[in-house]
Amino acid sequence: MAKEIFYFLIFPGLLFSGVIGGFLSWFDRKLTARVQFRQGPPLLQPLYDFVKLLAKETMIPKYGSPTTFLLSPVFALFGASLAAVFILLPALGIDGGFNGDLLVIIYVLNIPSVTYIIGALASGNPLAAVGASREMKLILSYELPFLLVLVSIIIKAGMTINLAEIVEYQVLHGAFIGSLSGIIGFITIIMCIQAKLGLVPFDMAEGEGEICDGIMIESSGTILAMYKFVKYIMLLILPALVCTLFMSGLSVSGINILWSVLKILGVVLLLTLIRNTNPRVRIKQAMRFFWIWMNLFAIISIVLAVFGL
Amino acid sequence: MGFKEKSFKKSLWVFHLSAGSCNNCDIEILDLLTPRYDIERFGMKLVGSVRHADVLLVTGIVTKKTLPRVLEVYEQAPKPIVVVAIGACPCTGGIFASGYNFAGPLDKVIPVDAYIPGCPPKPEAMLAGIVKLLNKK
Ligand code: SF4
Repeated sequence: MAKEIFYFLIFPGLLFSGVIGGFLSWFDRKLTARVQFRQGPPLLQPLYDFVKLLAKETMIPKYGSPTTFLLSPVFALFGASLAAVFILLPALGIDGGFNGDLLVIIYVLNIPSVTYIIGALASGNPLAAVGASREMKLILSYELPFLLVLVSIIIKAGMTINLAEIVEYQVLHGAFIGSLSGIIGFITIIMCIQAKLGLVPFDMAEGEGEICDGIMIESSGTILAMYKFVKYIMLLILPALVCTLFMSGLSVSGINILWSVLKILGVVLLLTLIRNTNPRVRIKQAMRFFWIWMNLFAIISIVLAVFGL
Repeated sequence: MGFKEKSFKKSLWVFHLSAGSCNNCDIEILDLLTPRYDIERFGMKLVGSVRHADVLLVTGIVTKKTLPRVLEVYEQAPKPIVVVAIGACPCTGGIFASGYNFAGPLDKVIPVDAYIPGCPPKPEAMLAGIVKLLNKK
């Protein structure tokens, strides 16, 4: 029992992934600044932001449902830490996980997005409602290709739905990104993750130009700090999931730890570059992109995986 | 200085409120985001919603139409909030001081922490004003 609580609250869960995710968010902002020939924020910037938000006043909107509004960031934090535990334990090779944890991860990864929607709708703000409806459509569009890519992974790994066994298979037979279906699947999943994280081509739920931060518009102080923390965690665990599924996990023994750090930084670098070289698309374009092109890619990847390519 | 104050100073999120300006000051504010001035290196960034703001940048004379809006936006901002008047308009009324719809200047409406005069003020002047304000606190 004590071990599980430690897992959840400290080591791969809440604290660890929040701190590392905060570092990654600094990395992302700094890279963005360098791409735009700026200097960028200092290293401790995510910490300053977080502490400042905790110290600010928390305002509760007049209309809408205060209890739901206050509870939704708590549930988001809960879901994100749970996903961190399920993903990072097998990825780092600490614990074998259990059979079928891949399916649990699919569900748990959706909790933060769903709680954003619930929190936004509970705030009673019309612009937040617009943001929530966009986020909902976005979930509907990226979830199918995401699942299809996982199907191709499962086929390639010899019909196993255990994350630790997928890692083992890759250690024995070479990383999946080395094969043709792996490359196509990788492209698809990077796009899905871009949308899951709400980064620029797919950040229409938070369009700060048109709908004033959309789903986050009413959150202030502690609530916003918790949402920020969830975003930090997601910025670590989604790249970690990609590394686990396609690049044979994040081994922490000996010199391999360097490779693991480089893998995570590489995936974040890719996400940041996509975010900096693309404009925001409309929700209709995003849906078409995922429903037609990404599904096509994912199905091609499945077919290739069946033929063992 | 505790860590709480330090992180407040290191992470000012700016909300920009135009209370009837001629739009020149607003463009000068956007200059601060460009690579030449880059306020993100001090941790400042422009936010889209006043609920996230730490600094309220007000430009323009407060007209009779915008007066209730300015008050409302000020009430909606989570405290502590720093109000900065950008340009001659919110400081004194500037060239519109004798206008028929003049309801300002800004410090008659809400408490102001820093005045940055100029028509429009240079981006350097705005940065200098904010730095002075932070050193005073
Ligand atoms: S201070 Fe001058 S530049 Fe600025 S809004 Fe007023 S008239 Fe325009």
